[in-house]
Amino acid sequence: MSMALKAVFERDLALAYRQRSELMQPMMFFILVISLFPLGIGPNPETLQKVGPGVIWVAAILSSLLGMERLFKDDYNDGSLEQIMLSATPLPLVVLVKVLAHWLTSIVPLLLLSPLLALFLNLTEPMYWALLSTLLLGTPLLSLVGAIAVGLTLGLNRGGVLLALLLLPVFIPLLIFATAAVEAASLQLPYSAQLAIIGAMLLISLALAPFAIAYALRVSQN
Amino acid sequence: MWKWLHPYAKTQNAYQLCERLLPWFVVSAFISFTLGMVWGLLFAPSDYQQGDSFRIIYIHVPSAILSMGAYSAMAISAFIGLVWQVRTAFMAMIALAPIGAVVTFIALFTGAAWGKPMWGTWWVWDARLTSELILLFLYLGVISLYASFEDKQQAGKAAGVMAIVGVVNLPIIHFSVEWWNTLHQGASITKFDKPSVAPDMLWPLLISILGLALVMAAIFIRRLQNEILRRELHRPWVQALVAEAKGK
Amino acid sequence: MYIKGPNGAGKTSLLRVLTGLVSPDEGAVLFEEQNIIKSREQYHQQLLYFGHALGVNRSLNALENLRFWCAQHGVEHNDAEIYEVLALLGLVGLEDVTVSHLSAGQQRRVALARFWLQTAARVWILDEPFTALDVQGIALLNNRIVAHLKQGGCVVMTSHQALDVDYPTKELQLEYRI
Repeated sequence: MSMALKAVFERDLALAYRQRSELMQPMMFFILVISLFPLGIGPNPETLQKVGPGVIWVAAILSSLLGMERLFKDDYNDGSLEQIMLSATPLPLVVLVKVLAHWLTSIVPLLLLSPLLALFLNLTEPMYWALLSTLLLGTPLLSLVGAIAVGLTLGLNRGGVLLALLLLPVFIPLLIFATAAVEAASLQLPYSAQLAIIGAMLLISLALAPFAIAYALRVSQN
Repeated sequence: MWKWLHPYAKTQNAYQLCERLLPWFVVSAFISFTLGMVWGLLFAPSDYQQGDSFRIIYIHVPSAILSMGAYSAMAISAFIGLVWQVRTAFMAMIALAPIGAVVTFIALFTGAAWGKPMWGTWWVWDARLTSELILLFLYLGVISLYASFEDKQQAGKAAGVMAIVGVVNLPIIHFSVEWWNTLHQGASITKFDKPSVAPDMLWPLLISILGLALVMAAIFIRRLQNEILRRELHRPWVQALVAEAKGK
Repeated sequence: MYIKGPNGAGKTSLLRVLTGLVSPDEGAVLFEEQNIIKSREQYHQQLLYFGHALGVNRSLNALENLRFWCAQHGVEHNDAEIYEVLALLGLVGLEDVTVSHLSAGQQRRVALARFWLQTAARVWILDEPFTALDVQGIALLNNRIVAHLKQGGCVVMTSHQALDVDYPTKELQLEYRI
């Protein structure tokens, strides 16, 4: 079984590498959206610092949604998903590995860009560390919960906008806690409580989401 | 409980149960809703601070409470459908969704209308209004997911999963929004205090809640019947019903 | 078992119910007296399904696809075996060509290689396996099916072509009904 899971992981990494130009697009979108804000609201460093955490998080949510469909779409269209579902490996585990591979290949690059963006929006150093820790804890949550909706919309031809409609309301608490943590950091206040809440949400979704995703994929086969 | 419920998993039995229950619900809904509205809007004493404008609570509070209630009911029927593979449960879920969405909209609208005399503006990002807005988004998500599928059986399952995801999230959203609101409380926003409500205001309020609940239930029963008929159009018992209706 | 019927009769749906991909509205599929929904994993170890979608990723090459498939399905394999099977199927020299560069028939052959690699599965479910294959490919697959049947395996398949196997078969005719 572990051999099967390792094979899934390696295959998805190899595929991501082959399709790396496709992976670049959400990253470019991320940078672009964030550069729009100083242009839209003026370059005043204090204003930028105030809206910065919210802007980065909103942009991160939007750009993670862009790449989300990749998670299962190809496998669904070419029948690989069918074959995976017909193997003896438990589907929730396979799905978890796929989400992990997806997170590593599509989201981690966004995290690597975050210092640059913090610079753009004039975040202070403590704010940046808070931002990075919320992103580290929060983005896996985005991938896990997002994968449920991706599974549900697989059978539809035009799932893209619907995916956003389904997911954005669900991500609101994450947005609130994450930006609150960064704001607390900007005031030199402790923010471990916010991180703990995000961590708790991550653990809950880690326990439940794989089953929901597996179920959603089975529904997509009807 | 399960033994009692099981026969109603069959659509025909569910339809007939609805047929029998509907008149009772319509009558009781009519009585209690009218009573609640007339008492609340015309006869209950006006608030010493807010005057008559506060009377909108007889619409706002019931719809706010029941918008959440309807979402939970929707998620419960989705859960029943997913776990025990009951098709009627999915139909019930999707029959409820638009009712819930409309009630949520009413709660938002009356909340905004109440805000005008209270805060001098139609919209403030008050915690409860914001939660209600997000709830509306959740409803619309479930409805549009359901509408996107050609195969309604698949649609029911997909929308069901989403309803359950939403209901798990609902308390978190509620809590986070409350917390966000206290964090960002500006000078212009004053939250409602929760004074103990005088009994001569409480009674009409409770009756309004009951009345709206019954109205929603009556509409739900009718919608469920329609949904069953639409989905089972090919079945002989529906054909027989149609023939009978045409004969009249 | 050979399933016949016009387009839209429900052949593919029936096969997908048999694999457990789709759960039936009513009734259940039993394998060794167990409902396949309940004992999914045991059943899937014994099952090989070949559907309309090939299950071959177009950005990977034949070798990578088959390696992944074998690992995923717990089939013991080494590269030499895979090369051998691909050679048998007439894909010599194309092992490391990205699948999207292969022709439709060649892509099918890559997917069909599973029938030579996976020897433990007893139940084969094939949905239109002969589509897009040339005469030689059809003959190869036919022989493989007969060999499997002679070993006591079971095959459920649909095909629009007349079946030409040297083995007693059962037929099931599905009709289109509204």
